[in-house]
Amino acid sequence: MRDAVSRFVHDGDTVVIEGFTHLICFAAGHEIIRQRRRDLTLARLTPDLIYDQMIAAGCARKLVFSWAGNPGVGSLHAFRRAVEGKHASGGLEIEEYSHFGMVARFSAGAARLPFWPLRNYMGTDLPRANPRIRTVACPYTGEALATVPALNPGVTIVHAQRADAAGNTQMWGLVGVQKEAAFASERVIVVVEDLVPEAIIRSDPNRTVIPGMIVSAVVVEPWGAHPSYAQGYYDRDNDFYVAWEGISRDPDKLTRYLEEFVYGVPDRAAYMKKQPRLAARLKAKELVSQGVNYGF
Amino acid sequence: MAAVAARELRDGEVVFVGIGLPNLACNLARATHAPNLVLIYESGAVGASPSRLPVSIGDPALVTGSLMVCGMADVFQLFLQNGRIEVGFLGGAQVDRYGNINTTVIGSYERPAVRLPGSGGAAEIAVHARRTLIVAKLNPRAFPEQVDFVTSPGQGRGGRGRRELGMPGAGPVKVITDKGVLEADATTGEMVLAALYPGVTADDVQAGVGWPLARRPRLADVVPPTDADLRLLRDVLDPKKLYLKG
Repeated sequence: MRDAVSRFVHDGDTVVIEGFTHLICFAAGHEIIRQRRRDLTLARLTPDLIYDQMIAAGCARKLVFSWAGNPGVGSLHAFRRAVEGKHASGGLEIEEYSHFGMVARFSAGAARLPFWPLRNYMGTDLPRANPRIRTVACPYTGEALATVPALNPGVTIVHAQRADAAGNTQMWGLVGVQKEAAFASERVIVVVEDLVPEAIIRSDPNRTVIPGMIVSAVVVEPWGAHPSYAQGYYDRDNDFYVAWEGISRDPDKLTRYLEEFVYGVPDRAAYMKKQPRLAARLKAKELVSQGVNYGF
Repeated sequence: MAAVAARELRDGEVVFVGIGLPNLACNLARATHAPNLVLIYESGAVGASPSRLPVSIGDPALVTGSLMVCGMADVFQLFLQNGRIEVGFLGGAQVDRYGNINTTVIGSYERPAVRLPGSGGAAEIAVHARRTLIVAKLNPRAFPEQVDFVTSPGQGRGGRGRRELGMPGAGPVKVITDKGVLEADATTGEMVLAALYPGVTADDVQAGVGWPLARRPRLADVVPPTDADLRLLRDVLDPKKLYLKG
């Protein structure tokens, strides 16, 4: 992880760590914080706890997003402190869409088109808040359609259950917008629970979401998504998401959290060692699907 | 509120489920009168059948045993924009006279007094679902005459209708509150009082609304949840009281 971040994540980059609730690579975010990257444009549909931590650590110049909350719990307080009222630190620029808008931006980026049309935003104040949401007249029907610009990140980081050494990556469960984000990106870092032989990938090709040809680096990092989850490996740590409300609300507590669990550990293995009961509490039960016949 | 919202769902309908109370209402409907309700979550779970109440809309229990799991580009393009969603459920920090919802900011956008999470999928659900149901607790600050920011469009502002603006869905048809139910007036689009919970007066509802609330000529009585509904909600669906706090 250290090498991958050091080689492929640079100051000033647009960085995407995707994953909708599922497979959010906290291990990569923590390494970016440890390497003290600065002036990043952080883009994600849901900034989640990981971008709240990166904002608090001073990595971000700008945030591009569509829903900035702590799902099922409440607020991202480092984010709120950066943008709210007279307390706004002024250091964080924001660019805001809806989920469909963000998905469409990645779709355009992945298809190497300049924009993507969608039927949306009429009657809302979102285009007023974000002038990059525009409209175009359909050349066939004349209908006014909303447009959003392509998003082409410098680097996209995707966590997955498994990949081979060449980066052919398989995931299951919620797959969010990772495929589009990866194809839209200049560089792709894949972080996996398990490194598997190419033959395993070839035995179930429909499950491959990201092909090795677009991958810059493969990192093997078990539990790298905690407190997010990996279907079939470990459950979401909902207790930690609830605890984050209290931690992020108090800047001193947040600083102490970063000192202890991010700066205070060299890597994910050490992070897990600090929390010895975590694995037993969250380990997934076995529920294996029936395979399919690929013969001909 | 969860039980009242659940009754709005018909068996076999396709519903786009948000987190919180709507989630509970949809799962109650599925466990009672609407076993064939198809739950779609923006996270990509289609025909979900969660064995525990999901804490977030990306919970792993939504995947296990669902009919289909797809990427989010498919959720928004192939299901929502395609017109496959019959009911959308929305909540919000502010709901106004015309059913516009604000989940973005309290105060000005540039210097907000309170920064809320933003749209998520709410803006497009409000545009595309064939009808939307709003669930929110009454409070004059939560029900202002006009929201500070329109995140999800309601029944039109400044006299411009949804059709004229090119919105495929009918928009918010009902607002389910903790004291009564408001309905969109067919001609003006204004949210008017249509039904009261037992023991509640129209004035009680007015006290929680920041505009002069019009009333239907005859107000209906909201039927309270049955004992079976309450047992399901409290003992089976939400035993940890994730959503049944109030």
